[in-house]
Amino acid sequence: MEQFISLTLGGVVNGSVYAAFALALVLIWRSTRIVNFAQGSMAAATTFIAVAVIDAGGSYWLALVVALLSGLVMGALIERVVIRPVEGGPELNAVIVTLGLFVAIQGIVALVAGVDERAFVPPFSTVGYEVREGFTLLSLSRNSIWTVGAVLVTMLALIALFRFTRLGLAMRASAFGQEVARLLGVRVGRMLTLGWALAAAVGALAGMLIAGDVSFIGPTFMDTLIVFGFVAAVLGGLDSPIGAVVGGLLLGLALNYVRGYLDDSLLGMAALVILVVVLLVRPGGLFSTTAARRA
Amino acid sequence: MAEAPLDRTTPPPDRAPTARLEMTDISVAFGGVTALEAVSLTVEPGQVHGLIGPNGAGKTTMFNVACGLVRPSSGRIAWKGSELRRLRPAQLTRLGIARTLQGVGLFAGMTVLENVMVGAHRHARSGFLSALFAIPTADKDEERLRERAMTALAELDATAYAERYPGSLPYPVQKRVALARALVAEPDLLLLDEPASGLSEDEMHELGELIRTLSARMSVLLVEHHMDLVMRVCDRITVLDSGKPIAVGTPEEIRANPAVTEAYLGDDVDVAAHTTEFGSTRSETAPTGTEGASA
Repeated sequence: MEQFISLTLGGVVNGSVYAAFALALVLIWRSTRIVNFAQGSMAAATTFIAVAVIDAGGSYWLALVVALLSGLVMGALIERVVIRPVEGGPELNAVIVTLGLFVAIQGIVALVAGVDERAFVPPFSTVGYEVREGFTLLSLSRNSIWTVGAVLVTMLALIALFRFTRLGLAMRASAFGQEVARLLGVRVGRMLTLGWALAAAVGALAGMLIAGDVSFIGPTFMDTLIVFGFVAAVLGGLDSPIGAVVGGLLLGLALNYVRGYLDDSLLGMAALVILVVVLLVRPGGLFSTTAARRA
Repeated sequence: MAEAPLDRTTPPPDRAPTARLEMTDISVAFGGVTALEAVSLTVEPGQVHGLIGPNGAGKTTMFNVACGLVRPSSGRIAWKGSELRRLRPAQLTRLGIARTLQGVGLFAGMTVLENVMVGAHRHARSGFLSALFAIPTADKDEERLRERAMTALAELDATAYAERYPGSLPYPVQKRVALARALVAEPDLLLLDEPASGLSEDEMHELGELIRTLSARMSVLLVEHHMDLVMRVCDRITVLDSGKPIAVGTPEEIRANPAVTEAYLGDDVDVAAHTTEFGSTRSETAPTGTEGASA
């Protein structure tokens, strides 16, 4: 029982990180119908920028703000310069461009920061809470509460943006029908840029949280996350922020049970098995009803 | 002029229709194929102008020129007395022009109310950044948008569907919602592309009444197949055949024009047969509104 509780809590923590990553994928999918395979290396790049800030004497929080802002800028720039020419063309073109970006950004990070992994100090303690004498919840620390909380707040903020603001309305309209939205006076290009900028900022947050969780970074430290984040996003139907978060949490739980009761080495395979099963059984995601598309 | 249900949306007097759309000598060629050849068309303020012709006559092309989707190879477009040089779809609403699409073109993942709110987009006062950051003003803005959208839905008797998703509604209702989305922008010129397609006789009749009512506050350019509707609601009609204008005039003049009948021979629409029974039904009396529109 104690193992189960510990695994469940750990699953929620890992899952919320997958969720953050899935959120970033969903934001881009919603606005441009592109799966951004470069998300991982973009997040690695912003996390390295944050580390540079910390190295220069800045606090974690300053570094976080810098990471988010550089994510915004990077996302907007990439959409404007690299993605815009392939938007609306064959889907494969966009996929290959994002794969190219993935390799290119990773290469640039390695050139600038070196290929060695280095330590990353999380903002809060990672020592698990002691529930009672002799029973410490290894997976539940102050840092993991920060991780889960940051993801939940981000999700709520995004839902509020999409549901309750004119800007969100225009972004959704652009996502559902660019031509029509344009005729109604929506600045569609601007909305797409904003979608990428927001996504990259959320990705930057995911990078910071993961770096804190695993306590190290390297140019490729986000690579496995691409698979997990993608599976989480597909679980949630690729279209809804809530779906992404629920998908991330479910995946985190499932994988943590696999890790605990089976074997660590099965994680990647388990994620892909879940992906295949979801695509076979419910290709539209777990929430493939109109209700799931509300947010 | 408007009766009870329409009073709610009667615009302030300064928005009286004073706008004239003049399209002069418009020619369009698609890769060597001439779609339009020196077509001129003027929509007078406050008038309903019909654009008819057999299939392939160039009606839709002309319509798309009017809203900037197709760029003419030669010719001039003047709106409110000033020439439009490079009309782009995104500028339409700012110029006070709204259009509906041949299909319906509603955003599938957004509620009816949200769809209509996008149409009112250009009337929102808060700018891009304040919508993103200054929640209080954006809130009020949102409230205004919502009210306007509800008013437009009320005018089309579609309030009951506000929270529904377009996909779950019958086609005629979807068309009414699409019309509400165009009207909510309070345009000075409304471009209607085949508004009667897929409607029953009764619904078409109501649509005719509505268009007459609208002409009190805006000009209307109507592309339509259903000859009886066109004859009933239009002040003036332009007939196209094979990309050339063959007649312009009042419904009576068009009906009496032998060239028009000839153009339609072989087509399954017979002008004379379709129009005699509507000889003098164009109502000068106050319309009864859309209260009885079928739900």
